[in-house]
Amino acid sequence: MSLSKDVQALQSIPLFAKIEPAKLKLLAFTSERLTYMRGDELFHQGDIGDAAYIILDGEAAVLVDSPNGAVQVATVGTNDMVGEIAILCDVPRTASVKALSDLVTLRIAKDSFFHLVTQFPQVAVEIMAELAARLHNTTQQLTEVRSRLAAPEG
Amino acid sequence: MSPTLFGYVRAHSWRQQLVVLAVTLCSLPFFYLSVDLPKTIVDDALGSGTGPREFFGVELSRLDYLWALCLCFLALVLVNGGFKYWINVYKGIVGERTLRRMRFDLYTRILRFPPAHFRVMSQGQLVQMINAEVEPLGGFVGDAYSLPAYQGGMLLTILTFMFLQNPLMGLAAIILYPFQIYIIPKLQRQVNELGRQRVRQVRVLAERIGETAAGVVDIRTNAADAYEEARFSDELGKVFFIRLSIYKKKFLIKFINNFLAQLAPFLFYSIGGYLVLQGELTIGAILAILSAHEKLSAPWKELLAYYQMLWDTQIKYEQVMAQFEPPGLAPVEDVTTATPSVIPVGGPLDALGATIIEDDEPILNAVSFSIALPAHVALLGPPGPDKQALLQALVNLRKTRSGVFRLGEEDISKLPSRALGHYVAYVGNPAQIFAGSVRDNLVFGLKRRPPEDVTRTARDQIEALASGNSPFDGQAEWIDYGAAGVEDTAGLEVRLTAVVEAIGLDGEAFTIGLRGALDPDRAPALAERILEARAALADRLDADPGLARLVERFDPERYNANATVAANLLFGTPLDSSFDIELLSQNAFVLRVLEADGLDVALRQVGYELAATMVELFADLPPDHEYFRQFSFISADDLPEYRALVGRLAAEQIPSLSDKADRQRLLALPMKLIPARHRLDLIDDALQARLLTARKRLREELPATEADKIAFFDPGAFNRGASVQDNILFGRIAHGQANAQARVATMLTAVIDELDLRAAIVAAGLDAEVGVGGVRLSLTQRQRLALGRALLRRPDLLLLDDALAAFDRAEQERLRDAVLRAMAGRTVLWAHQQPGWADEFDLVLRLDRGRLVAVGPPAEVMGEDDRDAAD
Repeated sequence: MSLSKDVQALQSIPLFAKIEPAKLKLLAFTSERLTYMRGDELFHQGDIGDAAYIILDGEAAVLVDSPNGAVQVATVGTNDMVGEIAILCDVPRTASVKALSDLVTLRIAKDSFFHLVTQFPQVAVEIMAELAARLHNTTQQLTEVRSRLAAPEG
Repeated sequence: MSPTLFGYVRAHSWRQQLVVLAVTLCSLPFFYLSVDLPKTIVDDALGSGTGPREFFGVELSRLDYLWALCLCFLALVLVNGGFKYWINVYKGIVGERTLRRMRFDLYTRILRFPPAHFRVMSQGQLVQMINAEVEPLGGFVGDAYSLPAYQGGMLLTILTFMFLQNPLMGLAAIILYPFQIYIIPKLQRQVNELGRQRVRQVRVLAERIGETAAGVVDIRTNAADAYEEARFSDELGKVFFIRLSIYKKKFLIKFINNFLAQLAPFLFYSIGGYLVLQGELTIGAILAILSAHEKLSAPWKELLAYYQMLWDTQIKYEQVMAQFEPPGLAPVEDVTTATPSVIPVGGPLDALGATIIEDDEPILNAVSFSIALPAHVALLGPPGPDKQALLQALVNLRKTRSGVFRLGEEDISKLPSRALGHYVAYVGNPAQIFAGSVRDNLVFGLKRRPPEDVTRTARDQIEALASGNSPFDGQAEWIDYGAAGVEDTAGLEVRLTAVVEAIGLDGEAFTIGLRGALDPDRAPALAERILEARAALADRLDADPGLARLVERFDPERYNANATVAANLLFGTPLDSSFDIELLSQNAFVLRVLEADGLDVALRQVGYELAATMVELFADLPPDHEYFRQFSFISADDLPEYRALVGRLAAEQIPSLSDKADRQRLLALPMKLIPARHRLDLIDDALQARLLTARKRLREELPATEADKIAFFDPGAFNRGASVQDNILFGRIAHGQANAQARVATMLTAVIDELDLRAAIVAAGLDAEVGVGGVRLSLTQRQRLALGRALLRRPDLLLLDDALAAFDRAEQERLRDAVLRAMAGRTVLWAHQQPGWADEFDLVLRLDRGRLVAVGPPAEVMGEDDRDAAD
């Protein structure tokens, strides 16, 4: 439960790998280490986003509401970041995140996150790369679905 | 009130004035004797031969005669001193009584002002007038008659003496008096006019200060402070130049007075000297006249000063009184009768061509209607002053220019306001709340039964009556239980609870009660129940490990990682600022406790590391960065000092640090450290153990004189320094546990409901102080309170002037239903902006720019368009 351990954890995340430890220490100090129990929700789809979370330990499910109930679209685990989209582009949470095990997170408040991004362009670039990758992924999936829909039914 | 100050003084204190005058006159012979006796001692006892002397028929030797005369002199000194003391005290009493009466009279006038008068008369002006401007009048009143009598008497006595010595010299002494009497008032009049201006100008200042204090938010958010400063400077400049003119004139008067006073000796020396040279006057006679003239100048000066003072106070009096005679001042009503005359609240309520004109604008224009009571009536129409004017006219706050409002055939404007107040309630927007508790404000409308017994001490009562003040004790029981429809306190409590729930104040009172402190001596039973809740919450926490980790409870034997170092050390709540967390490192006793086992050094080392960390983390941030406020242990202003300190000293130097400021600086830092939150690993197990020892020592060695400055945490006792909520929790909500706050709050509420404590906590919340004007409450809380105040007294007629405007739509509707339900079978007149509510009322009165457009049941009066417009 110490700050130095949090800093070590942050260093092992690719996004922050290139940032000097002193800056990560400030990030850790201004963030809150939060423990969730299995089954707790970090946030719910449609909520106002006020923070991003870095998972320090454990596993969580990303769920999207659908007419047939919540659908799990991904799982995230140690060193993953969730919830940054809602604070980046000021939209409501696009998905829910729910702890699949006991979960330790570092909660980075919106202000701290922007402080980081504006101070360290490399972080912004990393986030851009990550988002671009996700977009690419989504586009690919969309194309797949489209082509499947266009194909004559069996 | 009398148009002149003397009239007022005579009307209210002529007896006392006669007493002062009589005693003053009685004192004059003794004063004369005390002046005369030295002459007898010199001439008779010391001079004129060595033979025996006669003293009141007894023959005494020369020496004994001297002793006797000296003792007489001493006795006269005492008698004169005694007279002076008595007269001064009595004059003080007369002055203060008059002042008290005057202030009371003016205050009662404020209560009778027509509401429109407050648009021209600011609060600042009223305060200035009642507090400051009448103050000098009190001092003058005691002297009003006695001073001219006393000083005039002395003057005449001395003049007589001078004329007896030499008529020519006597004439010389007073020859310039007519000139003075002629010229001084002329100059004085100019000073008086300036004085008037000054009074007015100071009122303007008072007004500006009042306005600034009330509008500081708007001044700052409009960045208008520089402008306001400049305007205020202008006003101050005006006062300055008026004052300067006053000084010039005043000291010119003084100069002329002094010059004229010195002209007399000039005449004595020249004319007297000539007479001496001519052999017509002795030198001794000139000396006697000069010494007499010397004595003459004191009373003459006093009389002139009195004259100036007289004009000054008369002006002040007139100026103040003029402001308290507005047209439309409500008549004085007898407050001593317990039951006011009966008002025909059964109705009907009629308006016959009622017209209200203010500032030459017709606000209500020949409005006529007749409504059978009881009824629930909505006053609708475009926004404008007409609806408020109509409602206020029904409680005599506004007067009709022509036409009447009638209640059961009685002209409302002829009905006594106080009686109306018994039957009719009015809630404006926003309504005013008064200093006191929430409960005091709720029962405010019931406090109208003047207490029958005199409950004040005899002294207080006698003085109150002597000054024409209220004969009733303000601290006594004023509650009219009958008005609330209850018998006694217990009944009122039930009714109060019902009203509080109806107006939705219970939830807010609950929150206030939870967050407020409680005096266990005054509510021992509740304190006991709260301890039960503490135990029940502990059981719940212990039963579920998932919940247990949400709270770290206070344990005398354990270090609490979720509390500050200071809280761990003190292990209690400070009841005195000297033990506040911020100041703990400066507390001499705490320092002694820490020094006893070298803990101060250990904590300073922690402080040093903390400072080094903060300097490292925050060094690159601009000083105005949000992080300093949110996260840093060190403010941006102090950071350079700490940076220098860390640079200057090495960690090894801390134990031998001698600089007092540095020592204190480093010790202050770790006090705010919360290990579980800050995660800095600075408080290790060994240090925790030492802090626990210090905690015990602090409690054991606390001097008896300091004992009431800390409320120690005691698992089995209520903590008077902590809120009710903290007393139940008896610990700190753990950091780092998701949603801990909300989950603990839910648990807390569950425990409270399980133990049936909610009502008691609501009651405690009702006892919370609201501050002057209710500043500690939100606008909606204040408005709820005003509604509750009106409903509690069950008025036969409830007038609501857009009273719900502060609430959101849903709450407005909830409150509307609650109010109409509470007023079932009685009359409501409600001006509001919700045409869509029309169907909730029996009748609708529609006004448009002062004219009555329609009156009747909603189905007839409201067109389809109106209903659509509502949504």
